[in-house]
Amino acid sequence: METLRPLSGLLAALLLAPLLPGVANKVKAFFGGRKGQPVLQLYYDLAKLLRKTPVYSVTSTWIFKAGPAVGLGALLLALTATPFAGRSAPLAFDGDLMLVVYLLGLARFATVLAALDTGSAFEGMGASREAQFAVFAEPAFMLGLGALACITGSVSLSGIFGALTVATWAAAAPVLLLLTAAFFVVMLAENSRVPADDPNTHLELTMIHEVMVLDHSGPDLAFILYGASLKLWFFAALIACMVLPRHSGAWATDTGLFLLAVIGVAAAVGAVESAMARLRLLKVPYLLITAFAFSALALILQLAR
Amino acid sequence: MRINHLGAFDFREAELEPELFFATAASRLNAGGRAAAYFAMPDRNAHRLVIIVAFDREGGLEAYSTPVSGPFRSLTPSCPQLHLFEREIWEQTGLKPEGHPWLKPVRFNTPGSVPGSADFFTVHGGQVHEVAVGPVHAGVIEPGHFRFQCHGEHVFHLEIMLGYQHRGVERRLAAGPDARSLHYAETLSGDTTIGHAWAYCAAVEALAGARVPERAQALRGVMLELERLACHTGDLGALAGDVAFLPTAAYCGRLRGEFLNMSALVCGSRFGRGMLVPGGTAFDLDYALIKELRLKLEAAYRDTENAVSLLWKTGSVVDRFSGTGVLTKEAAEGLGIVGPAARASGVGLDTRRNFPYGPYEDFTMAVSGSGDVYSRAYVRWLEIQKSTRLVAGWLDALPEGPTSVPCGPLKPDSAVVSLIEGWRGQICHAAVTGRDAKFRHYKVTDPSFHNWQALAMTLRGGEISDFPLCNKSFNLSYCGRDL
Repeated sequence: METLRPLSGLLAALLLAPLLPGVANKVKAFFGGRKGQPVLQLYYDLAKLLRKTPVYSVTSTWIFKAGPAVGLGALLLALTATPFAGRSAPLAFDGDLMLVVYLLGLARFATVLAALDTGSAFEGMGASREAQFAVFAEPAFMLGLGALACITGSVSLSGIFGALTVATWAAAAPVLLLLTAAFFVVMLAENSRVPADDPNTHLELTMIHEVMVLDHSGPDLAFILYGASLKLWFFAALIACMVLPRHSGAWATDTGLFLLAVIGVAAAVGAVESAMARLRLLKVPYLLITAFAFSALALILQLAR
Repeated sequence: MRINHLGAFDFREAELEPELFFATAASRLNAGGRAAAYFAMPDRNAHRLVIIVAFDREGGLEAYSTPVSGPFRSLTPSCPQLHLFEREIWEQTGLKPEGHPWLKPVRFNTPGSVPGSADFFTVHGGQVHEVAVGPVHAGVIEPGHFRFQCHGEHVFHLEIMLGYQHRGVERRLAAGPDARSLHYAETLSGDTTIGHAWAYCAAVEALAGARVPERAQALRGVMLELERLACHTGDLGALAGDVAFLPTAAYCGRLRGEFLNMSALVCGSRFGRGMLVPGGTAFDLDYALIKELRLKLEAAYRDTENAVSLLWKTGSVVDRFSGTGVLTKEAAEGLGIVGPAARASGVGLDTRRNFPYGPYEDFTMAVSGSGDVYSRAYVRWLEIQKSTRLVAGWLDALPEGPTSVPCGPLKPDSAVVSLIEGWRGQICHAAVTGRDAKFRHYKVTDPSFHNWQALAMTLRGGEISDFPLCNKSFNLSYCGRDL
């Protein structure tokens, strides 16, 4: 039973991840005075796409076909190292936070290569933007994880969030608040949400992430959409672990609270999207530099403590 | 020759010798004139060039014509606002404007030509690239081809190639007036039904010498302003949608429908089809309907005010709109830009003010100065306020009397210029009658014909990701330009 429990967390994450975009959409629909699409829409979309035959351009190569699979594989692996409800992840070892950052990088690399492989001007533009903004997002995220490692004295995601208690919050509240804010901004940018990107737009010239996957279809597109929801889950879970330092020890209570927090993060994403406009493309790096500054400040505060 | 707006004049008196024609046209345009229309019409075995010059500040109109049978002098190098008119003349008649800097088809409607297959500007050098968008787009919009010459995100130049929507409707109008003419006019550009129908009716009425009753004029005003309200409200919502600002986008989409439904209450068509007829209007309002419209107008305006004011109060929206897609006043004047786009660049041109017609008296126009997306959006909002006041005023004090008078036969060998401020800007219809009192020629200039070049100018030196937002801030008509 004890070995199965971490796996049950992973399984729940894999099953529930497609719920998060639905929650964000429902919140947006509420603010817009609309009924909105069903919360389960992404599940329906995935079921539909998986039954379809993909279409491949004659100019694309195996790189284009491998992109979605490699991307999804990397994100699945990253999720096995993600703690669930304050408990250890199935994959936990010293330094796994580095692995996770690199897995996210690998997923991005696979998507960018697949986009460039199409030879489309749109996709090339999207790839260039994605790569450019990653340069700002990755340091902010890595530095934030570094600060967390300093606070808790652990270099594993499971270790960090296992060691994060109410006492840690009491001692280093400003640092943890800064880090939560930094992670939230990185999450918005990494998951192509407003204000960095607009997941709803049909305007190719303004897209960042969406434009890179325009030519994918069928199961490939399903992999991409599912991968995107896993990525959102990954960040939402990290933030939920940050803000829920208290563990009752009771399995059901912890799990319930954690799931509520994850859904709350998705709702917050929807609320941000309802309340503000998207930044102009040139200003997206400013946003990410702000996240970097939060992380850096948190690290400095922690080292000076 | 000076002519009166909506006054029939003897077409033969506008004739000049070719040399004098080009010299006069160039000097009048350089003296602050704006080309409202410049076209060629068949004349026995040759052609005749006609130019209509508008002096907006003075509210003056001038018309000149000259016979041509071969290549003629291009005025574009000194008067850039003629660039598209001269290309159109060349495409329609084969007469070559000599010295035109970028002569290529406008609508690709001549035998053997294929839309989009023509010369484009190109860029050379390291790290430059071209992006081609359309003619098939991701949204449900009209087809058009856009080609960007870029360096990274930076745009050197945008070239817009249209013509996919050409229907030959102008040529069909020239065969009138007949039972179909009015319907052709209404569909010149679907969202400007009232604007184009009014321009057509006013031209026919002027040529027939019909005096439209005051009640009909006020009703036409109500319909034109409702059309403006619907389009401006919808566009402000679409602008919000383009920057992913949800609240305004969601509510304005619905509110556009409220204004359209008011048009439907009057004449049964959300776009005002069938409302205008030469001589007046086809529908009247009774007391109960006036009261209902008044209440609906008030409610719709209140909701629009709430939804739109969020735009100006939200920092992220203001930041996104400000400084994006600037059209300088010099460019706007040089290219003869019209409508809210021109007024947003500080150009004082509003047909309702400069060339009053129908029920418009002492209209004060809304002008803003910065020429960016913010300015174009804000001018729309100012016009929503003005239009609401105008409609309310007319509904409260609708003149008594009939709504139409019979419209008799047209005066032979005459011509008339009819200018109407549609929601996109000045609509110009120029009609010339022959000896048989039928149209000899009919020329339509939709505001989009002038303004597409303005969109290209706003992208120069801009960011390619700003294009959709700039495009929406103009929201030009493809079919109105392609006719």
